[in-house]
Amino acid sequence: MPLKKSQLKVGDTHEAVVVDNLTRTQIVQYAGASGDYNPLHSDEVFATKVAGYPTVFAHGMLSMGMTGRMLTDWVGDGRLTKFGVRFVSQVWPGDTLTVKATVEAIREENGQPLVDLAVSTVNQDGREVVSGSATARIDP
Amino acid sequence: MAVERFPVEASHIMMFARSIGDPNPVYYDEDAAKKTEAGGIIAPPTFAQASSQFDPDAGLRPKIGQPWFGSGKEPTGVQRSGGGGGGTGLHAEQHFEYHRHLRPGDVLTATTKPGKTWEREGRRAGKLMFSESITEYRDQKGELVITARSVGVSTERVVQQD
Repeated sequence: MPLKKSQLKVGDTHEAVVVDNLTRTQIVQYAGASGDYNPLHSDEVFATKVAGYPTVFAHGMLSMGMTGRMLTDWVGDGRLTKFGVRFVSQVWPGDTLTVKATVEAIREENGQPLVDLAVSTVNQDGREVVSGSATARIDP
Repeated sequence: MAVERFPVEASHIMMFARSIGDPNPVYYDEDAAKKTEAGGIIAPPTFAQASSQFDPDAGLRPKIGQPWFGSGKEPTGVQRSGGGGGGTGLHAEQHFEYHRHLRPGDVLTATTKPGKTWEREGRRAGKLMFSESITEYRDQKGELVITARSVGVSTERVVQQD
């Protein structure tokens, strides 16, 4: 169900929870699928004793991937033309993440209607973990 | 990073989608995917990052027969040189531009060029040194399919938690 230009306006928002109580096992799953086996993300002994962190933490790209899921659920499959983020804070096991997208602009490029979105992912304490933007093709 | 051959495969896409907690059938169910606008299975928007599986030099994958810096008998298998100020290399930013979305059967190449570098003083981790890299993913026809811009940061100290 792609978005329609005629049904969108600047300032519209969409929100979804993309993970509830992030598990260490999901972080391991992401390591295996992505090929990023940095022990900071899956090796409690290394993360605490060598690197000095309180525990392991999620790959930034896992947070981006979960953030992207909310966008593709909303704008439709294969509709993103741009997606970029900054990793603002670390994401830890047990975190619950909510993604919010806000319509910043509705425009056309070579006759193709597009929507520009501001994207923000926050944890259960309201702390922003991912801040970014995306552009998607929309229907007239 | 240079990846000479990144074959995009359906089972890899399925595992990647599971790992990001995305149950969308367009990532694993060929019959359901055919009925969608995508017309078949496609890869999730951040899948290109999994090209590191096909990078012979990927530093974050254990190499058979080589010491690994994660824990075994000891907390780390590789003592870091320089005495270790506790700093960490972290991912600061990632940006993708999609010329089209990836599909099983695509065979990509990826070439990476260094971009800008800059420094700033951080509030929670001391001096931060940023470096950018730009990766172009091309398909089997040589056409540009994804442009990725990545920013890495190395921190002077472990990021303080507040």
